Amino acid sequence: MALLEVKDLKVRVEEREILHGLTLTVNEGEVHAIMGPNGSGKSTLSHVIAGKPGYEVTDGQILFKGEDLLEMDPEERAAKGVFLAFQYPVEIPGVATMTFLRTALNAQRKARGESEYSTPDFLKKVREVSKSLNIPQDMLKRGVNVGFSGGEKKRNEVLQMALFEPSLCILDEMDSGLDIDALRIAADGVNALRSPGRAMVVITHYQRLLNYIVPDFVHVMSKGRVVKSGGKDLALELEASGYTQFEDAA
Amino acid sequence: MNVAVAKTGNGRAVSDLFAGAEGRLPGSPAVIVARREAFETYERLGLPHRRIEEWKYTDLRALVGEVLPLAASPDAAALKRAAEAVKAHAIAGARKLVLVDGVFAADLSDVKALGSDMSFRTLRETLEKDASLLKTAVTDAVIALNAAMATDGVVLSIADGAQLSAPIQIIHIATAASASAFSRSQVAIGKGVHATIVESFVAAGAKAYQVNDAVLLSIGDDSDVAHIRLMDDAPDALNVTSHFVTVGANVKLNFFNMTTGAAVSRLQGFITFSGEGSELSANGVNLLQKTEHGDTTLLVDHAVPNCVSRETFRAVIDDRAHSVFQGRIIVRPDAQKTDGKMMTRALLLSDEAEADNKPELEIFADDVSCGHGATAGALDDSLLFYLKARGLPEKQAQALLIQAFVGEAIEQIADDGLREHVIGIAERWLERRS
Repeated sequence: MALLEVKDLKVRVEEREILHGLTLTVNEGEVHAIMGPNGSGKSTLSHVIAGKPGYEVTDGQILFKGEDLLEMDPEERAAKGVFLAFQYPVEIPGVATMTFLRTALNAQRKARGESEYSTPDFLKKVREVSKSLNIPQDMLKRGVNVGFSGGEKKRNEVLQMALFEPSLCILDEMDSGLDIDALRIAADGVNALRSPGRAMVVITHYQRLLNYIVPDFVHVMSKGRVVKSGGKDLALELEASGYTQFEDAA
Repeated sequence: MNVAVAKTGNGRAVSDLFAGAEGRLPGSPAVIVARREAFETYERLGLPHRRIEEWKYTDLRALVGEVLPLAASPDAAALKRAAEAVKAHAIAGARKLVLVDGVFAADLSDVKALGSDMSFRTLRETLEKDASLLKTAVTDAVIALNAAMATDGVVLSIADGAQLSAPIQIIHIATAASASAFSRSQVAIGKGVHATIVESFVAAGAKAYQVNDAVLLSIGDDSDVAHIRLMDDAPDALNVTSHFVTVGANVKLNFFNMTTGAAVSRLQGFITFSGEGSELSANGVNLLQKTEHGDTTLLVDHAVPNCVSRETFRAVIDDRAHSVFQGRIIVRPDAQKTDGKMMTRALLLSDEAEADNKPELEIFADDVSCGHGATAGALDDSLLFYLKARGLPEKQAQALLIQAFVGEAIEQIADDGLREHVIGIAERWLERRS
């Protein structure tokens, strides 16, 4: 069974239709890249999967492990294993990162009927993961993302991905605002999380990120639809020829 | 204002009450005269209403209507309930002074543990000799009513140089339903003192009661004082409290108020700098839900040069609740180099929540730095979505953001145990949200 099935999805924001019938199937263990020019609807797709308010689905459906994702609140989706790594992670002053991580992890576990982590077990887990991502402990005491550099914010997203162990990770423009070193650290973190039971959807404007996170499939979006799908070589082809051909085709 | 309106209705109800209670109110002949004068002032003014500028947003005549009869002195059953409440609300390590329905309860208090650098008497004892405690520099109808009816209170002085490691906690406990408690306390702090004074207002099963409290606080030169007030009265109670604070030279005063209870409440503080080089940090948090009305009104009088005042006020307002902040800063003609600022932030959790904010600067000196600012808004949707996308249900996500919003004010409390106590009260308020 497919992990994620997006079928003929049509989405409006206010009165404007952004997605015009998008279809995408992602199986367990696969890494899919979604590429496309600005305004093609890539981020809209990621927001609709995560359940961000403000989008109206007028047609089509999204199934996650066979269940209707659109019927679920964002927190239910998270507990079921959907994780969106934000393009611009928000800053939350006054909420310590450690408090946030523990509250979120335990909320997800509670929703799944699992026991909550004890403080020592939680601390041990966070220390292990943050060490591997080169996240200093004092960063975890600060407010969520407050005063973090672009690279630190993205590493914090990857840290959460590692802690929450979702089965579907959607990475929305993970490379935006990152220099090459920061990108490499974040990508290494993501690659360490690749596993047969976990799928990833990597949304990016540039091919560069895909040198570090090598996808199994590449889809090109234009004007609210997937206009071409292929293997990882499609990304290189795009780098050479640009998006113009697809904008005409769409 | 219309005197005739004041005398009929509300005026008469209190008149009966005063006549009935007078025999139970302590005091020397001079005190009895002072009480009668105070009561006449109250009768002349009547309950404050919206046409009185200082009470524009808190119309007690409309919100409360009448003053309830004086509570009976607590009996054994009431004291037993109060003892349970003391256990639940005492701050670990604090020395407790307990008032039950406005009457000092020696058996529940730690008078013997106060030590040699403090002297303690009850208001009742003090009024047998001295009427001066019934006089205040400022008066209005509720202050006059307090002077007329004050039954008991804490009269504490702290000797020069005292370094108090543990807080003094004055706990006001209500056990009598549908009755009024009038308390009046004085805390006189000497020079070079380090002290933390906490006041807690709680109910022990009582409903629909009224509290009218007054505190006269004086702080000697070079002292470092934290004054914390935690008003967590029953959800259908009334609490009106007046603070009169005199600050000496080179003092650091950290005041914090948190309102989490009472259907209608008003804290009015009159703070005067009487010595140079002092710093006041006044922080307030109002957590209001249902139809609660919470008013914090502060008057900071820079009567001398070179003092700093900082007021930071935060309100979290849910349902149809109403929060009021009135901040007035007066800078007297020779109070040069005054630095006075106030900032209020309101978090509106519902479309029907209301926040009123009235800053006033009256500046008569020419070399000063004064200012005020205010914001009001809802919870940030992008932050809420981020938390929900990480698995937090709506209410839990809101709670985390509300705690962060008020946390900045609570963090000003230096003592760890006390800060945890305050956070605990805020958390219980969050759990009460439907």
